[in-house]
Amino acid sequence: MNQIKRLISRNAVPILFGVVCLVGVYFAKMPGQFILMEIVKRMARNSFLVLSLIIPVAAGMGLNFGIVLGALAGQIALILATHWEWGGIGGLLATALLATPLAVLFGYLAGILLNKAKGREMITGMVMGFFANGVYQFIFLFLVGTVIPFDNPKLRISTSPGLRNTIDLYRLKGALDGIWEVRYGFTKFPMVTFIVIAVLALAIWAFFRTKLGQEFRAVGQDRHIAAVAGINVDRNRKLAIIFSTVLAAWGQLIFLQNIGTLNTYNSHEQVGTFAIAALLIGGATVTKATIAQALMGTFLFHLLFVVSPTAGQAIFGSAQVGEYFRVFVAYGIIAISLALHAWQTRTAAKASMEEDVSA
Amino acid sequence: MSVPVLEMRGISKAFFGTQVLKDVNLTVERGQIHCLVGENGAGKSTLMNILFGMPVITNTGGYEGDLFINGEKKSFDSPRAAIETGIGMVHQEFMLLPGFTVTENIKLNRELTKANPFSAIFGEKLETLNRAQMAKDARTALDRLGMTIDEWAPVAGLPVGYLQFVEIAREIDKENLQLLVLDEPTAVLTESEAEQFLEVIKRLAQSGISILFITHRLDEVMAVADRITILKDGELVSTGPKEEYTISQIAELMVGRKVDTASRRTRTRQPSDEVVLQIRGLRVNMPGETLRGIDLDVRKGEILGLGGLAGHGKVGLANGIMGLYPSQGQVLYEGRELPLNNTQAALKAGLAFVSEDRRGVGLVLEDTIANNIVLTSMQSQDRFLKPGFLKLKDEKKILEHAREFIDKFDIRCTGPDQIVRRLSGGNQQKVCLARAFTQQPKLLFVSEPTRGIDVGAKSRVLELIVELNEMGVTVVFTSSELAELRSIADRIAIVYEGRLAGFLPPDAPDVAFGLLMAGKSLEEVAAR
Amino acid sequence: MKERLTAIYHTIGLPRLIIAGFLLLLLIIASGTELSVAGLLSDALVRIGQNGIYVLAMVPSIQAGVGLNFGLPVGVICGIVGALVAMEFNLIGFTGLLTALLLAIPLAVGAGFLYALLLNRVAGQEMMVGTYVGFSVVAGMCIFWLLAPFRNPAMIWPVGGVGLRTTLTLADTFGGTLNDFLQFEIFGLTVPTGLLLFYALIVTLVWLFFKTKAGVALEVVGRNPRFAAASGLSLTKYRTLGIIMSTVLAAIGYVTYAQSFGFVQLYNGPLMTAFPAVAGVLIGGASTREAKVSHAILGVILFQTLLTVAMPVTNQLIEGNISEIARVIVSNGMILYALTRATGGEQA
Repeated sequence: MNQIKRLISRNAVPILFGVVCLVGVYFAKMPGQFILMEIVKRMARNSFLVLSLIIPVAAGMGLNFGIVLGALAGQIALILATHWEWGGIGGLLATALLATPLAVLFGYLAGILLNKAKGREMITGMVMGFFANGVYQFIFLFLVGTVIPFDNPKLRISTSPGLRNTIDLYRLKGALDGIWEVRYGFTKFPMVTFIVIAVLALAIWAFFRTKLGQEFRAVGQDRHIAAVAGINVDRNRKLAIIFSTVLAAWGQLIFLQNIGTLNTYNSHEQVGTFAIAALLIGGATVTKATIAQALMGTFLFHLLFVVSPTAGQAIFGSAQVGEYFRVFVAYGIIAISLALHAWQTRTAAKASMEEDVSA
Repeated sequence: MSVPVLEMRGISKAFFGTQVLKDVNLTVERGQIHCLVGENGAGKSTLMNILFGMPVITNTGGYEGDLFINGEKKSFDSPRAAIETGIGMVHQEFMLLPGFTVTENIKLNRELTKANPFSAIFGEKLETLNRAQMAKDARTALDRLGMTIDEWAPVAGLPVGYLQFVEIAREIDKENLQLLVLDEPTAVLTESEAEQFLEVIKRLAQSGISILFITHRLDEVMAVADRITILKDGELVSTGPKEEYTISQIAELMVGRKVDTASRRTRTRQPSDEVVLQIRGLRVNMPGETLRGIDLDVRKGEILGLGGLAGHGKVGLANGIMGLYPSQGQVLYEGRELPLNNTQAALKAGLAFVSEDRRGVGLVLEDTIANNIVLTSMQSQDRFLKPGFLKLKDEKKILEHAREFIDKFDIRCTGPDQIVRRLSGGNQQKVCLARAFTQQPKLLFVSEPTRGIDVGAKSRVLELIVELNEMGVTVVFTSSELAELRSIADRIAIVYEGRLAGFLPPDAPDVAFGLLMAGKSLEEVAAR
Repeated sequence: MKERLTAIYHTIGLPRLIIAGFLLLLLIIASGTELSVAGLLSDALVRIGQNGIYVLAMVPSIQAGVGLNFGLPVGVICGIVGALVAMEFNLIGFTGLLTALLLAIPLAVGAGFLYALLLNRVAGQEMMVGTYVGFSVVAGMCIFWLLAPFRNPAMIWPVGGVGLRTTLTLADTFGGTLNDFLQFEIFGLTVPTGLLLFYALIVTLVWLFFKTKAGVALEVVGRNPRFAAASGLSLTKYRTLGIIMSTVLAAIGYVTYAQSFGFVQLYNGPLMTAFPAVAGVLIGGASTREAKVSHAILGVILFQTLLTVAMPVTNQLIEGNISEIARVIVSNGMILYALTRATGGEQA
């Protein structure tokens, strides 16, 4: 009995969310086939991104709100790829190859900044994301086409500056998904995408069994002790962010090849919030995140996402309510997790002090 | 005669003009247990920091003198360099990662690995951990220490007593370990754990590892030492084989200092016998200075000195009663119960406190001298405010008051508006005292008031305390400097390991103080 | 002489020099174009008064040791509710304004108190928790705006009849009340006297507060909590006070902003309110640990003037509406700078 109690308390968050989702599913009264189809699609395109958050958590850098930098790197590569009309899986791989050095650079810069803000990594990452977004918009909305000559009609409207708001990725759409699809009723399972996700999960697992992974874990637990043991703390933290940023870039590519259109100025905006919310819903915390939590969280978050509008319509008579509700949930779970994390760190510090007195 | 594992010759070190070590020699032979003894401030930690290449030494101008390992002259500019030469150190604070297992901690940053296809391409950092082999090594180390802990156990769940052994296991797992430095290792152990610990040490020494053992527990010294070295005030006082010493002798050598009897203040008032502060069963949870149950009576008008080694809790008394750290027990002030864990109540009752942590607790460094002096009074006594419900601060009065004290205490500054951070240590301390005086207290706790300030300021500060006492204020004076206590206190209480060891008159012989501070009881003191 | 210049340079700080220099440059360029400098400055004055109180709201929070108040939306929402009630009953002019304030302020005290309860338990992570609490509140209120019991036809959706519209005009109620009050022109410059007077009033009240016993206590709690505790001050009490003050100022700031801007923007409108305010106070010379009223004033003047002048000038050079992007880049850049500076005693 105790075992079950512990299992429940340790997984309280995903269980709670499971219940909320069930309520939503019940009220939404959507056909099972439809839900399945949506879930499969969304898990295929989002899991990679959520998994990329695990490494910085292990290295003690908290939730990587700067993940948007990776997404931007991916998008920039994608814009160029579309301009050069790359297509198919070859084109996608080439795009990933193009995005990688860019992501490494962004990750490196981010790492430098985060090392200067020890203890405040998350807020710094978040602000970094906004800043990078601003610069990205400045370049692609103002400089491109005016200061930077660029004339592709598919990407630009010649009369106004900057790139189009939406760019059709017709040559790369489904490049990964489409290689091998298994049908079940209305649902298409993009097998290769799932294999890629599985490979990433495996790689993460294997990574933490290497020397470098062990160093990350040490740094994540206590920077001072790791430093005294001779580990290069700053370098490891930078590496962790670089890894995460590169993975985010690839993750964004997977996401976009599924959707098929690039919302030039918006696609990446909620990347951070939604990926992090998903991770947390799976039961992860600021200091600990596992692969199982990432995947479970992605599933639950997107299930809620799918049923919310319809459930909102059924309960409140307004689909809008459902839409706002799911955003509220995303922000709310992050706020709660952050608060819990801070509160727990404080109580732990106090408790270790308290136990001496009774001796 | 084999070459000594370690020889330190003529080691001297000064920190910003203050001489901390002067011409110290230390020799440790192979397989020897060498105990290093001394009060806090004697220089033991500094000596070890030099040996271990710690940044606090390399960043402050290095040291003078020479270091020889196995006869070879060496100099360490980082802990890593010292580790590679075969020196291991178990620091006072625990360096274990709670989320790792015993094995992972023992092998921290020295893990055993196996190559794999990725490491071939991307470098050896991606080699897989060879957990099986790591566990075997850990097991061997633990067995050598006679520990039965499961090498796969997570460190987080282990009892405190075991942690010390895991740290030692980590050091002896290093193959080239020749010298193991242990800094106050038994401080956190229970008696039986300490006994087990000493056995382990003896076994290690027998297997050829030299041990440099810093401790203040003289019983332990006598139990395991082969050779003893005593430091005092940064100088080598005595060294020799254990057989040449008795506990009393060690105690006396540790603390003996010529007390300048001329500097004993002439007292015009005699303290009464009336008890003004009665403390019963006081326990204070101040990290590093825990009190485990003190019974003490403070007499009205006296200067009560509170002494003892660092970390034994003397500093915790004032902090506990003033409500800065969680406390339990009973305190009666002027016959009435004083609520604990309630700073406001203490302040309102007429108690004041000059903290040992001058910069951290005693001052608001970014604020002006004037504000620092009046702040506590303003908040707890509603003074220095203009009349009216808004309670605006009376800037004029504040400046006037500050000027008064700057004159009276001779605080060297550019004016009452100067930021306190810029002042010298001695002048900062005067500001703290000015703040206490401003509160017009009936009982004052003063802790370590002369720490880190120059000689001239030191005597002025002590004078001010005596002046305050002459005006009728009872003073409880906590200090690590025995000489200070003996020069102005009426009687001195010694705290040992969180409890009261006993009272001594200021003119009691050095030996008595040394023994009480080392844990011997008054009866034993009287017997010697 | 060189020493004095270096001393001045260090006091002012590099970021402010850069921004002031940039501003000067823009003004020079502007005078060379066909734009009216007086017109630009008039706009700047309006924006200063409009945003000034938001920036001021950061000061109590920073001084109490709680850091930059990224949860400003909490107070802003209270201001919105006050404004909506005034609009629901078609209250115009000063009546409308005062009603909005009289309702918003007590709401903000309550909300600030609850918010403080949370923040006091999350020491060290206030900025992050504050940000997401702010976001959550805005998102949660979105649902409320949809279901809210407002009936005034000027406010709700025409078809369907339930739920508030996204943007509501204040032209018929109390929009411009302060701005127009005692407004005068001089040399082509339009001075929104009422607005600036009100701003000055609030600034003075805050400044006075820091000269009271409680204000002194609050500053001590922020500067050295251990000293404060040793002087018998309750850390929780003064941090709560700081947060409540900040929230109330945010609410007042909103009502001021809305009447000047002329519109109430619901739903995701208030989401990012905190960021320019945070940047503003930092530009004025504050840090995450210390902020004076003078920082808030200087910051809002520099920042808002920069933004006001930058847009039309850059429009002459580059097509398109750059002001929003510029605001994002400058705000976040400034905040990044402040966050990555070493503070005394970094957490392990």
